[in-house]
Amino acid sequence: MVSSESMSVAEVTGSGVPVSGDDIDTDQILPARFLKEITFENMGKYAFHDERYDDDGNPTAHPLNEYDGNILVVNDNFGCGSSREHAPQGLMRWGIDGIVGESFAEIFADNCKSLGIPTLTTSPETVAELQSFIKRNPDEQLTIDVRTGRVAYDGGSVNGSIDGGAQEALLKGVYDTTAVMYANLEATEDTASKLPYVDAE
Amino acid sequence: MSENTLYDKVWDQHKVATLPNGADQLFIGLHLIHEVTSPQAFAMLEQRDLEVAFPDRTIATSDHVVPTDPETRSRPFADEQAETMLSALEQNVEDAGIRFFGPGSGDQGITHVMAPELGLSQPGMTVVCGDSHTSTHGAFGAIGVGIGTSQIRDVFATGCIAAEKAAVRRVEVTGSLGAGVSAKDVILKIIGDLGVDGGVGHVYEYGGPAIRGLDMEGRLAVCNMSIEGGARAGYINPDETTYAYLRGREFAPDGQEWVQHRDYWESMRSEPDASYDDVVEVDADGLAPMVTWGINPGQVIEVTETIPRPEDLPENKRDTARKAYDHMEIEPGDTMTGYDIDVAFLGTCTNGRFTDFREAAQILDGEHVAEDVRALAVPGSERVKRKCEEAGIADVFRQAGFQWREPGCSMCLAMNDDQLYGDEVCASSSNRNFVGRQGSKEGRTVLMSPAMVAAAAVDGAVTDAREYNDEDGLDTATDESDPGVNA
Repeated sequence: MVSSESMSVAEVTGSGVPVSGDDIDTDQILPARFLKEITFENMGKYAFHDERYDDDGNPTAHPLNEYDGNILVVNDNFGCGSSREHAPQGLMRWGIDGIVGESFAEIFADNCKSLGIPTLTTSPETVAELQSFIKRNPDEQLTIDVRTGRVAYDGGSVNGSIDGGAQEALLKGVYDTTAVMYANLEATEDTASKLPYVDAE
Repeated sequence: MSENTLYDKVWDQHKVATLPNGADQLFIGLHLIHEVTSPQAFAMLEQRDLEVAFPDRTIATSDHVVPTDPETRSRPFADEQAETMLSALEQNVEDAGIRFFGPGSGDQGITHVMAPELGLSQPGMTVVCGDSHTSTHGAFGAIGVGIGTSQIRDVFATGCIAAEKAAVRRVEVTGSLGAGVSAKDVILKIIGDLGVDGGVGHVYEYGGPAIRGLDMEGRLAVCNMSIEGGARAGYINPDETTYAYLRGREFAPDGQEWVQHRDYWESMRSEPDASYDDVVEVDADGLAPMVTWGINPGQVIEVTETIPRPEDLPENKRDTARKAYDHMEIEPGDTMTGYDIDVAFLGTCTNGRFTDFREAAQILDGEHVAEDVRALAVPGSERVKRKCEEAGIADVFRQAGFQWREPGCSMCLAMNDDQLYGDEVCASSSNRNFVGRQGSKEGRTVLMSPAMVAAAAVDGAVTDAREYNDEDGLDTATDESDPGVNA
């Protein structure tokens, strides 16, 4: 009944997709008009839609049209703006399994965690190097190690960090929080009953 | 680590357990839902054969997709997707036994406008919604956070979210607001100073004389844009202004319960000796009305200032600045005064409340919208609309040449028929000026206060609203803490 679709995510391997630019907001990642679909099924088609297609519907030179990796590499404050889970859903369904960046907006990072997508932060210099490496070697593999927070590529590895809670959740496979919290229903009712604003039985 | 702040107290009151990954399980006091982010969550619930655990703590309305044009608001909506979304919500809330304030109910509106009006958001609560502007409810001394669809599923199934505690930054706003300067200008100033990512990892506690001096609707506007500053939540400690606002509202306690609740609310206030992770000061003295010049809310200046050059900005902000000059067709060193507008938009969860329309009406009274400007006034809720109509404010808008619309999110985010076309410039009371936000890739948004939107509408360009100071003032007896229960 309450299934825990939990699968440990200890590492993500694959080639990279460099998306440069600071403050890339979720309106860019998933334009609002696509939020009118009541399932997430098609979101992969809509990831960065208005950056990927010009007014005539022809593909532009956007990285999601030029690369087919599964590790996104981004700059500062990625995913800021609206809380729409459609944004990481779109990236995930397009094919992204992990993201490396200078920093992430919080709600976006939380949404990624819910989906089992690691968001790893690292320095601006490391991001610049990674993005440059990917552009020169689009098929080369990168590996995000969730346990150590390091990114391995080109025979070496660089430092990064994953938020502690997200890291635990991914490694233990408990990012599906519904099942985990459902087990505490009695304690929840107890907490609720002690709040003055919750009506007594 | 913070101690004895309102945030700490509310957290402690609502914590159920520590979870295997170290996060806390927090009980949610108020879950607001709407038609965009709930359908998938209800579907996930059904897939797992689960029910809504606390329907009594859940309130639904419809705001993002509803047409605001009275001609197109009848059902079924012309937009099939919008119709599907609203029908899905109606079915879902009926099945789950959730109270739903739909169009025509008298209390439909933008979630963060209608819930406070009904007295649903209260001090010392945790409030969530699948919408980032849930931070708005922090104005009551609640902790309001935006959540994604999977978390909505969590709240449906368990009444809780899994969350990690943030740091608390005290934002002390000193000084007092001059004439023609409002809450919207204060929060834009804060975001300009601290940056759009300044608040990441933090909740903001807003305080100081300039904050205390705001009425409830002003406080709601300030807390609303916490997210634009990168903060997950933002709040203001409750005080007499808060309690006076709540008194008499439909879901506020009364009688003996009022006394008990008030004690609880007071007990949630940050202690005088509370410790914060950090404290910043922002001075409101001499603050001029603010306007954004760029493509994110942090690219903002006083209307009297000039657009910064790249070299005046931190290195990591220069690239985005250049993109902004290009998109907005502006030059560093220019002012925003005189920047032509095509559309004026007053409304949204930021500035769609009665006092916002009243403030704008004081400027519009006796004036007319410029010839080449289309102007929309979209009340944030059916209640706001009624109050404005009864106070004669709606008439002022209509006579000035504004379209007077039905409540909804409207052209804040173009999920309905209201949007920009081509490279139209919109003087907007909303909260985001990202590229494409208002429905056109070339569209340009300038964020500002209600008074500034009104002045821009009349002038046909961005202008200092203080030059429109109406000394006679509009005589509207209704004040903002009047719940309008007889409306």
